[in-house]
Amino acid sequence: MGALGTHESITADHKLGFFRRYIFSLDHKVIGVQYILTAMVMAIVGGLLSMLIRLQLAWPSHQWPWLGQVIPTGMEGGVMKPEFYLSLVTMHGTIMVFFLLTAVLAGGFGNFIIPLQIGARDMAFPFLNALSYWTFFLSCLAILSAFFVVGGAPLGGWTAYAPLSALPQTGPGQGMGMTMWIVAIGLFVFSSLFGALNYITTILNLRTKGMSMMRLPLTTWSLLITAILGLLAFPVLLGAAILLFFDRSGGTSFFIPGGLTVGEKLVSHAGGHPLLWQHLFWFFGHPEVYIVILPAMGIVSDILSTFSRKPIFSYKTMVLSMSSIGVLSFIVWGHHMFVSGMNPLLGSAFALTTLAIAVPSAIKTFNWLFTLWGARIRFTAAMLFSIGFVSLFVSGGLSGIFLGNSAVDIHLHDTYFVVAHFHLIMAVAPVFAMFAGLYYWFPKMFGRMMNETLGKLHFWGSLIGVYCVFFTMHVIGMAGHIRRTYDPYQYEFLKHLQPANIFITKAAFILGAVQLLFLINFWWSLFKGKKATDNPWRANSLEWTTSTPPPHGNWEGEIPTVCRWPYDYSAPGVKEDFALQSEPLPAAPSGK
Amino acid sequence: MSHSEALAAEQDRVLASAWGGGKSPFAANWGKLMMWLFLISDALTFVALIAAYGFMRYVSPRWPAQAEIFDMRLIGFMTFTLISSSAVMAMAVGAARTHNPKLAVRFLFLTILGGLIFLGCQAYEWSHFIGEGARLWSNPWGVPQFSACFFVMTGFHGFHVTTGVIFLLVVALRAAAGRYSDEGVEIAGLYWHFIDVVWVFIFALFYLL
Repeated sequence: MGALGTHESITADHKLGFFRRYIFSLDHKVIGVQYILTAMVMAIVGGLLSMLIRLQLAWPSHQWPWLGQVIPTGMEGGVMKPEFYLSLVTMHGTIMVFFLLTAVLAGGFGNFIIPLQIGARDMAFPFLNALSYWTFFLSCLAILSAFFVVGGAPLGGWTAYAPLSALPQTGPGQGMGMTMWIVAIGLFVFSSLFGALNYITTILNLRTKGMSMMRLPLTTWSLLITAILGLLAFPVLLGAAILLFFDRSGGTSFFIPGGLTVGEKLVSHAGGHPLLWQHLFWFFGHPEVYIVILPAMGIVSDILSTFSRKPIFSYKTMVLSMSSIGVLSFIVWGHHMFVSGMNPLLGSAFALTTLAIAVPSAIKTFNWLFTLWGARIRFTAAMLFSIGFVSLFVSGGLSGIFLGNSAVDIHLHDTYFVVAHFHLIMAVAPVFAMFAGLYYWFPKMFGRMMNETLGKLHFWGSLIGVYCVFFTMHVIGMAGHIRRTYDPYQYEFLKHLQPANIFITKAAFILGAVQLLFLINFWWSLFKGKKATDNPWRANSLEWTTSTPPPHGNWEGEIPTVCRWPYDYSAPGVKEDFALQSEPLPAAPSGK
Repeated sequence: MSHSEALAAEQDRVLASAWGGGKSPFAANWGKLMMWLFLISDALTFVALIAAYGFMRYVSPRWPAQAEIFDMRLIGFMTFTLISSSAVMAMAVGAARTHNPKLAVRFLFLTILGGLIFLGCQAYEWSHFIGEGARLWSNPWGVPQFSACFFVMTGFHGFHVTTGVIFLLVVALRAAAGRYSDEGVEIAGLYWHFIDVVWVFIFALFYLL
């Protein structure tokens, strides 16, 4: 059997204890679920941080005695300290980007879906896979510990811009807190590397017979491209983190220019350049945006097709546009640095490559719309969230075209317009796809259905909440509302924005509360949900050919041979309105 | 040709193709493929460090003349040793392929010897450099970034050589005990050649340029 023979042994009847089966498991499905559950905890932490941020922006310096008791150091006497506010912003960004979005979409769905969709018994190297999860777990502990070390969590933003991040004396959280941040990110890089190595090799080498690359479901395609981006982008962040570590602890000055004073004391470092950090960070940081959004696109493509009961429109351009987004993502990082004093000519070049990304993105959007066109749509919770993703992707993408122009960006840089833009496109849109994916694959993961009514309520509450919050943010951003400010109303020209901020905060609280519906639904369905059949959505890809939930080794007996692509919905010559990828082709008429 | 015949023809084409599933499109098992991918990723960490060095050199008003500071004969000897060890490594892979484990083990230990000589020279070079007053944060010849880049780049590379020696040692000991596969030796060889290639870049860009 050669390359495929490596996992035959794991289908043998396993009688494993609880720990081996659910905690230190090597099974990709368990590891995927571990990623999702861990990220769920991180999301709750990150979400609560954003609630505190909103509280401060609506009513700065208001006294909340009960909060003072819950968070005695950060909110002494019930009033938020400026350092604490900055650490909230930093930690909210870090936790959400790495420990929720990357973890769930690449780690969670990547692990759970890939072997099932390509027809493999497991990942190529299951031990490395488990190592990836446990490294991620340590990384979570490291980042959470930043809250509890001396000085508290770091203050410099999730981008950790130098020289703030390079000099421990610049703030209370910049000492031990920042060190924990570097440790956590370093561990995360390794976890992501282990995952990416497995995903790429597994997809290339372990596809079942007949599963050619152009028969892969788009979810798997997107996870492949994401893994390649991760493989190329994360090591650059590792290099930057190594240099930052030496600047902080070794006395070097890679990122620290001469003549800096902190607290009226001259810094002894000299000769470095803070722009080096920005270049290295954004060379990683921009592909990271696509590491998050590409799996979201893949998941949404599959779900839209399934519930439209139509083939995905133009599969080939979907694959091509995802690939070209992947390539382009490496040559646009400069658009994060338009105001760094870069040569306007270079700025124009980066603006050009940035706007070029609008082309494949628009191709994808039109393909989704054409998939929906004229379809008899089944509005399940998963479908609603997928359509919501397309809506958010369009809204957030359009403001991206504003910001991609260097001339416009100079006015909008570091305002709430940017905050609104990236939240819509790379935070909320992927979160919507994540919810869509969870509603869709929950039966395959746990063998039970989630509650559809609660799911739909969750969708409408989220969609309306998200637009109330972030549309308003675009407006106050245009009016000049600064991105990282403890008290916006210390400035005369922002005073009139307080009512808008209060509206955003109230909408954000409702949006946060609506997420409880999801948590309740998830945990209730896990134990009490309706039992799921093997293929509850009447979908085509291979994960629906096996039992629910799939056994260790994914298929009892032989792995099916693939005979068709995954989008044969309402295909001619098939009785049902779907045809599993493993379903044999209609027999050719005998004779001529 | 009818529709169903076209579908059947397409299925035959897919099943016959190298990319049609059920086999490795690169005729490499997952272990070798994974090593290649890891090396690409690792290379980008080095690219980040080398780019940082280039940036530092670009923003520094004056860069010390390396040829006057380093003993280029020593560096040349180190480079020669590492490249030779890579050639010996290739011979080890060849011996493993022709199922001659004894010869393979002998070549593997020669490769390890080359790595150890390189590491010894590097240790000598570092101590000499430090003895002359070079530190992470300063050096007697000019901008502090000069010695910082030196320590970080050669240090990170030296760390790779060290892990490479350990890796080869494990492979050699396993092969000596009869537990080896030609693929395993080849994978270790890939890592060793990579270390060699990276050194060529560091040698050219840091010491010569």
